[in-house]
Amino acid sequence: MPSIAVHTHVFQRLSKATALAMGMPRLRQAYVPQPVVDRSAADLRAYIEGQDPISRRPFMQEVIDGLLSPLDEADAQGLTFERTTPRLVEPDTEDGLQRLFEKNCWTDMLPIVLPTEARVEAMLRGTSHPRDKIVGRLRPTAFREYWEFDVEKVAVNAVMAGARPEYFPVILALASSGISARSSSTNSFATITVVNGPIRNEIAMHSGIGVMGPYNHANATIGRAYGLLSQNLQGGSVPDDTYMGSLGNWYAYTAVIPEAEERSPWQPLHVQKGFKPTESVASIFFGGWYTHAGYGPRATWQEKMRRSLAAVEQYSEPLFVMDPIVARGFVDLGFDTKEKLIAWCADNALMTAREYWDNQWIQYLMRPRAVAGVEPYASRLKAKPDEVITIFQPSEINIVVTSSSPAGRRRARGR
Amino acid sequence: MSQQITVHDPRGYPPKVVGKRLAPRLTTLDGKTVYLVDCLFDNTDVFMEQLRQWFAERLPAVNVRVIRPQKTWSDDEAMRAAIAADGDAAILGVGL
Repeated sequence: MPSIAVHTHVFQRLSKATALAMGMPRLRQAYVPQPVVDRSAADLRAYIEGQDPISRRPFMQEVIDGLLSPLDEADAQGLTFERTTPRLVEPDTEDGLQRLFEKNCWTDMLPIVLPTEARVEAMLRGTSHPRDKIVGRLRPTAFREYWEFDVEKVAVNAVMAGARPEYFPVILALASSGISARSSSTNSFATITVVNGPIRNEIAMHSGIGVMGPYNHANATIGRAYGLLSQNLQGGSVPDDTYMGSLGNWYAYTAVIPEAEERSPWQPLHVQKGFKPTESVASIFFGGWYTHAGYGPRATWQEKMRRSLAAVEQYSEPLFVMDPIVARGFVDLGFDTKEKLIAWCADNALMTAREYWDNQWIQYLMRPRAVAGVEPYASRLKAKPDEVITIFQPSEINIVVTSSSPAGRRRARGR
Repeated sequence: MSQQITVHDPRGYPPKVVGKRLAPRLTTLDGKTVYLVDCLFDNTDVFMEQLRQWFAERLPAVNVRVIRPQKTWSDDEAMRAAIAADGDAAILGVGL
């Protein structure tokens, strides 16, 4: 059936690149100005009666021509072609290669360790998996095509990040997760990874003072490797093409922390999720949108926590990162398990239904589920505008204990 | 620093692109049913309603219907079947 897709103009490069990757480079597409969100009906009518900002022709003429103009031979065939990436790049000097990698957007715009054959060989000694084993596939967003990769390609990116071979099992696990640390979403999502189990200590990850800062080689380079491998193995993370995050995200440079299991009064995160304490697990939290910071529980902690919970974007579930002093403070208040504190947070993450639904991402993602009767969204939709509703379920809230307590601090992060 | 060295390419393996032919175009929209597919982005419903009204005012011989998938970012087979059953063309849109 003839069809035409309508986009806002900022998505021109992305929409054309996607059509090409789908084998339909001549897919009919028309454009209106951005934004559509928050524009009035009159504004949108003006878009419809105005010009396509890309073709500079009347928008509706583009639409109607897209449905009526006869196809030519190229339209009827589509376009079939192979794309390949070589194993090695052309030899050059170190400076030349650094410039090439930067120019091709293969870096995070910081200098990288060049992935020589010797360095990649050394990295591969960090795993028992064969170098040519396909270990995963990634894509920048749900409507793009997956790219595959083998162990060797992951090792190349691990070298570039400055990682050591002993870190490679963690990096390989992140690569094979299917979750990209370089999402193309306009929301500028990043990932935060929490590492649990014996491997934390085996590779000298740091869960002490400054755990989230630039103070440990393993923490820093594992997170950087996850970002680099995501962008390079999925086919890029290039603004206007394979990256559309509005503001970008500092967490995208590196965001990997181990839980301080030995100093936590509670079960480790991975045990909560059903793994054995002796298993090593990397948990990926997708979001990284905001950070709220605070101190440990004092007389008014409930008010502060309620404000913190209500301040988050309600589609972005919170991950609490706590210093052990803070965690023990909650234990003293009777929260002797994470689950009890999580339950309190779920009961106290509150806002009016009006505020909940007045959020474009909630409208986009949750409203269709609410209309389809999926709970708890359906009940939230039924609530009167001024009715106070809970915005997170316990399963959407996570707590991690880390650092070594020079002073009690907690942070709530958007997943 | 002037010595040449060989390094690995860091990119993954892209899939083969397989060409898909476009559907033949119509010769006229008069008397045809055109579905406006609301992709569920915030305010897209308002855009599609304005588009529906434009057709009603400017091209009243076109039968225009707005339709929505059940879920965001999903290939809604039931919706596609409904469009295929009695539709002649589709206009899909629009995000952000």
